[in-house]
Amino acid sequence: MITVFVPCDAAALSMGADDVATAIASEAKKRKANVRIVRNGSRGMLYLEPLVEVETPKGRVAYGPVAAKDVVSLFDAGFLEGKSHKLGHGLTEEIPYFKNQERLTFARCGITDPFSLEDYRKYGGYDGLAKALAMKPIDIINEVTTSGLRGRGGAGFPTGIKWKTVHDLASNQKYVACNADEGDSGTFADRMLMEGDPFCLIEGMTIAAVAGGATKGYIYVRSEYPHSVHNLRKAIEIAREANWLGDNIQGSGYSFDLFVRMGAGAYICGEETSMLESIEGKRGLVRYKPPIPAIEGLFGKPTIINNVMSFAAVPIILAKGGEFYKNYGVGRSRGTLAFQLAGNIKRGGLVEKAFGVTTRQLIEDWGGGTHSGRPARAVQVGGPLGAYLPESKFDVPMDYEEFVKIDAMVGHGGLVVFDDTVDMAQQARFAMEFCAIESCGKCTPCRIGSTRGVEVIDKIIADIDREKNVALLEDLCVTMTDGSLCALGGLTPLPVRSALHEFPDDFHKPAPNKFLADAAE
Amino acid sequence: MAKNVTRSPKGPRKQEVKASTPAQVAALSICARHGNKPDELLEIFHEMQHELGYVPEDTLPVIATALNRSRAEIYGVLTFYHEFHRHPVGKHIVKICRAEACQSMGTEELCRHAEARLNIPLGGTTADGTVTIEQVFCLGNCALSPAVMVGEKLYGRVDPERFDEIIAGLEKEAAE
Repeated sequence: MITVFVPCDAAALSMGADDVATAIASEAKKRKANVRIVRNGSRGMLYLEPLVEVETPKGRVAYGPVAAKDVVSLFDAGFLEGKSHKLGHGLTEEIPYFKNQERLTFARCGITDPFSLEDYRKYGGYDGLAKALAMKPIDIINEVTTSGLRGRGGAGFPTGIKWKTVHDLASNQKYVACNADEGDSGTFADRMLMEGDPFCLIEGMTIAAVAGGATKGYIYVRSEYPHSVHNLRKAIEIAREANWLGDNIQGSGYSFDLFVRMGAGAYICGEETSMLESIEGKRGLVRYKPPIPAIEGLFGKPTIINNVMSFAAVPIILAKGGEFYKNYGVGRSRGTLAFQLAGNIKRGGLVEKAFGVTTRQLIEDWGGGTHSGRPARAVQVGGPLGAYLPESKFDVPMDYEEFVKIDAMVGHGGLVVFDDTVDMAQQARFAMEFCAIESCGKCTPCRIGSTRGVEVIDKIIADIDREKNVALLEDLCVTMTDGSLCALGGLTPLPVRSALHEFPDDFHKPAPNKFLADAAE
Repeated sequence: MAKNVTRSPKGPRKQEVKASTPAQVAALSICARHGNKPDELLEIFHEMQHELGYVPEDTLPVIATALNRSRAEIYGVLTFYHEFHRHPVGKHIVKICRAEACQSMGTEELCRHAEARLNIPLGGTTADGTVTIEQVFCLGNCALSPAVMVGEKLYGRVDPERFDEIIAGLEKEAAE
């Protein structure tokens, strides 16, 4: 029996993985080859998807990107014995893109069958929870605090402190809520993990529940991720049947159950309080803080809220100890981050690496430069609310504090590359437009400021009272930064100002189309 | 929001819910499947859209009564979320991502191409009701942009040529 892996990750599916799996099955049948096809997650080398792997005595051998029409030639070349083919890359784990990573959170993703608990256990899954169940809750929290883990959703708040706040409160009901509303362009790490290793998220949330004293949890997944929703629901069912969820987990006396809630296309629901409103079945309006959600969260009860990546980092912290995790990284940025290379890039994908790696290393060493082959001109780091970095800032190490110093943010580690054909004035305009479309409308600076922002940028582009309007835009940005209730209005000025300051020449171009000229009048 | 809604001091008053249209009947049975729990409103809308294609206006009063919420609240939730349709849409919803990663790979040209190919603006539905095209912001396929989603099927590296192939497939299916 030969095992062949064909990913079931949405990105792999988007490039025809299902057709490839079908073609391999039928060709194997035709040739009477004894083949077992496993639908694994993605290894994160998305530029090679669908990446087909064959298990050989030497290890797993990679072929990609494989199209259904390549399958016959792969069989002819003897790929079932790992023989060479023009799509071959040798042993998967020896491919430099993969080999030069430090995979802690994504240690299993792409390797295991996402729905096999046996696979999960074989690769160290549930070791963390097994330990946690035998510990005092406060000791679990201390381990997380020692690891230096900070919220991977972008804000970077120390996870241990958040958990301790919930732990210390007395309440008849506490919750754990996972923010899986990964709405930022350039990010797909949450999606990859939910599809490729869902038990890892479930385990992380269960550890959080045990530590904080919660018995019920929700995963809020965006509706644009139907595959993640299916996979999580299926994995939760499997975990429940095996008593890794539910009453008296593995005889420990702890109980925790988990539910998936689907969003409905509102970007703002990635903001934690807005997400809580949405889980409660309401409009996703941002809440005033205080009270912070740790104290009054879901249904008014103490709630541990973290992003997918934060929860998914926890199992290994418990399994190997906080010190182990802390030994990765630089300064106050400890552990690893799942960097996501996206946009105009030759080798797009996920690179998990300790903090301290530079933008240039990621774009050039892993990414191989732009997809178009033209020079990279700007990189937006940390999502639509992150700054646009010019080439002169590509050597700043990825570190929460270092990035703040250059008026940028690491965020969740997403990098969107643009080549030299980009018009940065249009990107600045888009940032304001996006904020106007997605604002929840509760606070004035965000709701109205973003609409005015689009108008002012249009005037600058059309060369109407340039000096005056540039000053007005700067002023508006300060108001939005200081006066908005949440990060949407508060951070939109970041891409706008970085575009304006780093690429001022683009704001001197005539309006590219009639619509803009009309709007500016 | 809900805590601001005034209720009778004796507690919520449960009204009898009467459904007179097929959509209202469907809405009520979906609400009942969710235990008439107001916190499952988004799930209820998702299921209605799945069954009926959109959320008809005349179902809102019966949902409000079933969940013991005001009509304004139900309406407010429905209109807040981009995903929910309040009017009939095409048989297939084709979502084109217009977020930054896709912009860097030419999604604006793709949008213009899509509008010309189908002869409708973004948000529009073709005359034969086969396709509705919508803009979305991020489908999570940013390393393989531009991305398009049809129903729940995701496509990567969609250039105008590939877009036409996708649409041709949908049109062929509709003709059969």
